[in-house]
Amino acid sequence: MNTLDRGERVRHDADSPEAGRLPRLLPPRIAGGPAGLTEHIARYGPLPAPGAGALWRERLIAEVGGSGLTGRGGAGFPTAAKLRAVAAGRDAPIVIANGTEGEPASAKDKVLLAREPHLVLDGAVLAAHMVGAAQVIVVVHEAVRELVAAAATERRHARADSVKVKVMTGANRFVGGEASALVNWVAHGIPLPIATPPRISESGLDGRPTLVQNVETLAHVALIARHGARWFRSLGTPTEPGSMLVTLIGALNRPGVYEIGIGTPVRDVLELAAGPAAPLGALLLGGYFGTWADPAAAGPLPLSAEGLSAVGASPGAGLVAALPRDCCGLAETALVTRYLAGESAGQCGPCVFGLDSIAGALEALAAGRSFQPARLRRWLGQAEGRGACHHPGGVVRMVRSALKVFGAEIDRHARGWCCGRRPAGTLLVPPRAAA
Amino acid sequence: MTGSSARLRVNPIACDARGLCAEVFPEMITLDDWGFPIVLDQDVPTGLRSAAEEAIRLCPRLALRLDRRPVRSISAEISGRREPAGPSEG
Amino acid sequence: MGGSQYLWFLSRGSGLVLLVLFSAVVVLGAATRTGSAPGRWPRFAVAELHRTLSLFAVALLVLHVVTAILDPFVTIGWAATLLPFASPYRTLAVSLGTLAVDLGGAVLVTSLVRQRLGQRAWRAVHWLAYLAWPAAFLHSLTAGNDLGLWWVALVEVGSAAAVAAAVLARLFNSDRGGLPGPGPRRPPAGDLPAATARPRARAS
Repeated sequence: MNTLDRGERVRHDADSPEAGRLPRLLPPRIAGGPAGLTEHIARYGPLPAPGAGALWRERLIAEVGGSGLTGRGGAGFPTAAKLRAVAAGRDAPIVIANGTEGEPASAKDKVLLAREPHLVLDGAVLAAHMVGAAQVIVVVHEAVRELVAAAATERRHARADSVKVKVMTGANRFVGGEASALVNWVAHGIPLPIATPPRISESGLDGRPTLVQNVETLAHVALIARHGARWFRSLGTPTEPGSMLVTLIGALNRPGVYEIGIGTPVRDVLELAAGPAAPLGALLLGGYFGTWADPAAAGPLPLSAEGLSAVGASPGAGLVAALPRDCCGLAETALVTRYLAGESAGQCGPCVFGLDSIAGALEALAAGRSFQPARLRRWLGQAEGRGACHHPGGVVRMVRSALKVFGAEIDRHARGWCCGRRPAGTLLVPPRAAA
Repeated sequence: MTGSSARLRVNPIACDARGLCAEVFPEMITLDDWGFPIVLDQDVPTGLRSAAEEAIRLCPRLALRLDRRPVRSISAEISGRREPAGPSEG
Repeated sequence: MGGSQYLWFLSRGSGLVLLVLFSAVVVLGAATRTGSAPGRWPRFAVAELHRTLSLFAVALLVLHVVTAILDPFVTIGWAATLLPFASPYRTLAVSLGTLAVDLGGAVLVTSLVRQRLGQRAWRAVHWLAYLAWPAAFLHSLTAGNDLGLWWVALVEVGSAAAVAAAVLARLFNSDRGGLPGPGPRRPPAGDLPAATARPRARAS
């Protein structure tokens, strides 16, 4: 198991029985509150000490590359490629850990930060070493800011890191977690995406190469550095290795945040939350930018990008929302779309007006008022891809999937009927964290 | 530079739906339901270059430009990503 | 007497025409912004006319200034072209004209290099046009002797009225065409027929 010798790199045998087991990021704990630094080191072992020079950095990046780790914030970009891009920059890079979790229904980042802040900070510091940055900025949701700041202070007192770690609150906006919006927020206090290139990895904060990584991704990095790529790959699928955190909400017996190996069938994932509390009508997979799916079709599919592509979905930010059959999917979609329309940065016409019109059309549809499908489809086509960021595109994708999955409901509404027996609002309630 | 490929691009943040571009270059610019320009994502033919340049010059917000790099799509250019990103990306 | 009278008439005449031209340029400039062209002119036509007239006005301005300075009857001096308070003759009145030239010149030069300058810098300087016009107008009232002529007075009043109307329309009507700023917005009714949905203006 782990030793307490400082500076000794512990390799956890990838072939041992512990390798393919969960949990990795969220071990069960008896006492409430986050793990302190000592307890953290006792459980995971010390952070691998940075070696000197580029060779150590490149070896660690290669390890991350060999693990196949991809971003856990929703975009799924290969982490090693990002690290290399930032490390190759000319000016001194900087690392921004993204724990803002702008998606209101997702709770995994908050839970991770609240319970294992040191794992995230380990990963952030390691990322800084790998790209050659001297500073890490951790941007978190205000709900967990104090905890994370306390963990950073604890590390500072223990002189645990050779890089500066600063913790700040994120803007509480949906768009605020987008990479360029995050940089804009840290630099100027304005959580708005910017339209123009260059890429953030070349020129981000203060024009320096900037690494923006989701906090869960960084937590995985912290474990890969300790246990190696092969250990990481002992869970998950060959093309999508490792574990991920999922937020399970809606008509489930025990909604909350859980950790799964990627590729676990969707119905098994729902069983982690003790299964559906009522017969299900639809699943929203990925997040508010995700895709609606029929539960019977999605149930046997592996929860992975490859598996979910069969229903046109992807794991996204790890949200699975279970809609009961007696809840009107069109009303839920209209609510979410109206929320997302309001969360537009307001900089681009097709997004501001397009999403507003689309939300209005969905509200009319949900309320049983007149609905013109051709007009809605035209608006969907006009809103996507014509803004400075992916906000409108994400909404369009979600709405299109709703029109497909709730086709029968649309017909019912046209005839004046609705399946809904309870008020809409299943999706907007953030869950409590798993015990 | 004639002979090289060039695409007309709108800066969606600068654009304010003034509509002058669609008036002078209707061959490749139409307006959506809210008055904002939809630019054909195609190479601007050499014969239409001068009309494109006039649209660029006339835009009161300087929101149009001629992009000479070969690029797949606006969203790909802006973010370099393959698929839509989530709200906590990284 | 005969020869110098030409220069004097040319100067005063071109000055009056300039006032009309300059006023038209300002009115057209404000019209491009509010997006409501006179009649149903396409917006690019308003923009182009604004530009063409302003260039024409510059040409006429050269005539106006040169004839005034060359006129032997009054002593203005070449320095007064660009420097205020340089003219011994009607110092204040001529200085107002000089001010209009200086400000208008800045607007002109920045507009000629707008694409290289960038939107923000260009726009900041272009606001000076709203200072240049009053300077030119006051110059026209004080530098000439012809207000007694009824039609000259009519031109002065008409120009002022046109510009005032355009400025007021600009102030109260800038809610046409374009985006609202970031922040809470009132949503337009979702059921509006698509063709009549009008975008709203960005607070300038």
